[in-house]
Amino acid sequence: MKHKTFFWFILPTFLAMLIFIFLPIISVVLQSVHTPHENVLITVENCDPFGCKKVTSIDHEATKNLNQSEPLGKFVGLDIYFDRGHLAIENFKLIWENSENIFSFVQSLSNLPFYKAVFFTLTFTFTVTPIMLLLGLLIALGVNSISKKLRGIVIFFSLLPMIVTPLIGSIILFWMIDSRGIIGNLIQWLFDDPNLSLKASTSLTWIMLIVYGVWHAIPFSFIVFYAGLQTVPKDQLESAKIDGANKFEEVIYIIIPHLMPLITFVTLMQLMDNFRVFEPIVGFSAEAHATSLSWIIFNDLGGETRQLSAAATSSILTIIGVIILLSPVLIRTWKDFKFKK
Amino acid sequence: MKKTSSNRFSTLIYSFIIIWVFLASFPFFWTFWGSFKVELDFFSISNWYNAVTGKNTLDTYNSQFTGAGYEGAWVQEEFWRSFVNSGIVCFFVVLTSLTIGTLGAYALSRSNYKYTFWLLITALIFRAMPPITLVAGYLPPFFEWNIWGILPTTIIVLVSINQPFTLWMLHSFFQNIPKELDESAKVDGCSQFQAFRHVIIPVMWPGVITTGLFSFLLAYNDFAVTAMLLSDENRTMIPKIAAFLGTTYTEGNVMFAVAAVVSATVPLFILVMFFQKKIVSGLTQGAVKG
Repeated sequence: MKHKTFFWFILPTFLAMLIFIFLPIISVVLQSVHTPHENVLITVENCDPFGCKKVTSIDHEATKNLNQSEPLGKFVGLDIYFDRGHLAIENFKLIWENSENIFSFVQSLSNLPFYKAVFFTLTFTFTVTPIMLLLGLLIALGVNSISKKLRGIVIFFSLLPMIVTPLIGSIILFWMIDSRGIIGNLIQWLFDDPNLSLKASTSLTWIMLIVYGVWHAIPFSFIVFYAGLQTVPKDQLESAKIDGANKFEEVIYIIIPHLMPLITFVTLMQLMDNFRVFEPIVGFSAEAHATSLSWIIFNDLGGETRQLSAAATSSILTIIGVIILLSPVLIRTWKDFKFKK
Repeated sequence: MKKTSSNRFSTLIYSFIIIWVFLASFPFFWTFWGSFKVELDFFSISNWYNAVTGKNTLDTYNSQFTGAGYEGAWVQEEFWRSFVNSGIVCFFVVLTSLTIGTLGAYALSRSNYKYTFWLLITALIFRAMPPITLVAGYLPPFFEWNIWGILPTTIIVLVSINQPFTLWMLHSFFQNIPKELDESAKVDGCSQFQAFRHVIIPVMWPGVITTGLFSFLLAYNDFAVTAMLLSDENRTMIPKIAAFLGTTYTEGNVMFAVAAVVSATVPLFILVMFFQKKIVSGLTQGAVKG
């Protein structure tokens, strides 16, 4: 395709991404190194018959002028990155020096809001991903061996946890887990403790969120693996059977190697998606016990105050995290492209 | 001997699948059933079985089912407004995404200069970024130009955020359409655009519909961006439900929220029912291409 034709075809989508993705990133970077101006104060001496008093007040005119001449605010460099709400360098050093072992270090560190979110985000990402891969594979193997007539209906119901809006899915589960809900009741009965509530403890909240994450993500790996299973060469399975392999050995030596590219694909997509975990925290009202990077940004942006600089800084740190997470794929795509040429 | 062990094995498989189907679908049926009850039944302190029989609902309304939650949500809390807003947003997001996405993806699939690769890789990075990270960049200019809170702004933002995904999906789809098709049209004297219009458009619909479904889901399910960019009266369903959570709990109108949640789930149910095959093929398409 000629450069010129290419240009006209790509122009609308290019402009959309330039204006609404690329420029906002630049703006976020700029905001993360600026902080809003403080109000300009002036001191005037008011004199009346009883004497003179100095009064300090906000100079609205000057503040307005300052905001207009430098709309981004005051340049502060990387200060916001290092403040207590983000990387908290000073607290970090202090905790590092005062901690006896790695556990107490992690524990004290998780009192800082940013690290608390990082810990949960990483725990969530790296527990949900392997569990959903395993369960998705098991369900795919199971569905692949049941009667063909039933498969359609099984797939229909299996899709629901993934297709339904994450916020709604988590709210639905949250209501059932509520101590007056059906699962909450069941758990109280199982443990014989009428006051047991999943919402009250941090570790139980984390488990609840992870269970939700797995529930939501299983359909994706199941569907992809199920499609992959349809392409497993039949003759290989036949010959394995003749050689006396049992079902388990078939899975380990033939099916899993065949599915390997799909497993990589699902893993990467899931790492990406789980890293942005956010809606379940809102749906489960879990913010007291678990926060994530996306949740921090959302929290800073919302409400009356709209702390844009703080949100921008968290955004940049999150983007850096995503890029680190994604770097293996980027390198692989680059190699593929060079190889294709 | 051998027969019984394989029988036992298949019983195991069937029970495993039944457990999964139950886990995947039961919450929805439970909530659907419960949405026609009163709060004392759905959130029962005395006996969970009340949610099934609707004991208190029977006492209050003389019937085991009541539409009070729906009436409260749709009429009193004006959930219909959010429903209409969601409809508008989804319709225009899908339409615009597909229009500009097909053009772009087609060009990317028919060009192999180096910039093609860089555009695709940039799109991949954009796709990986959580959309919420961009919102801090939207707010100041939107406030400045007074375009915050209205539907068109949100539609354009959602279209742009979805472009990377749309491009990748359609790109892999267009690559499966043989290049010879439009090449031969060009030999016959068509311009590139005419070749696209007369040769590619007629055969592209399966891929476009699949991509459209996913664009619809992205727009319909979005919470982070719509919650931040829409004013209270322009809210779509998902942020509206999130707002319900805050207010209805305090006012004792939890059943409004339950009814709203069910109302927002029903369209998705219908979507999966009609487009199950398309959704499955869309999920696997990207994977099989690697």
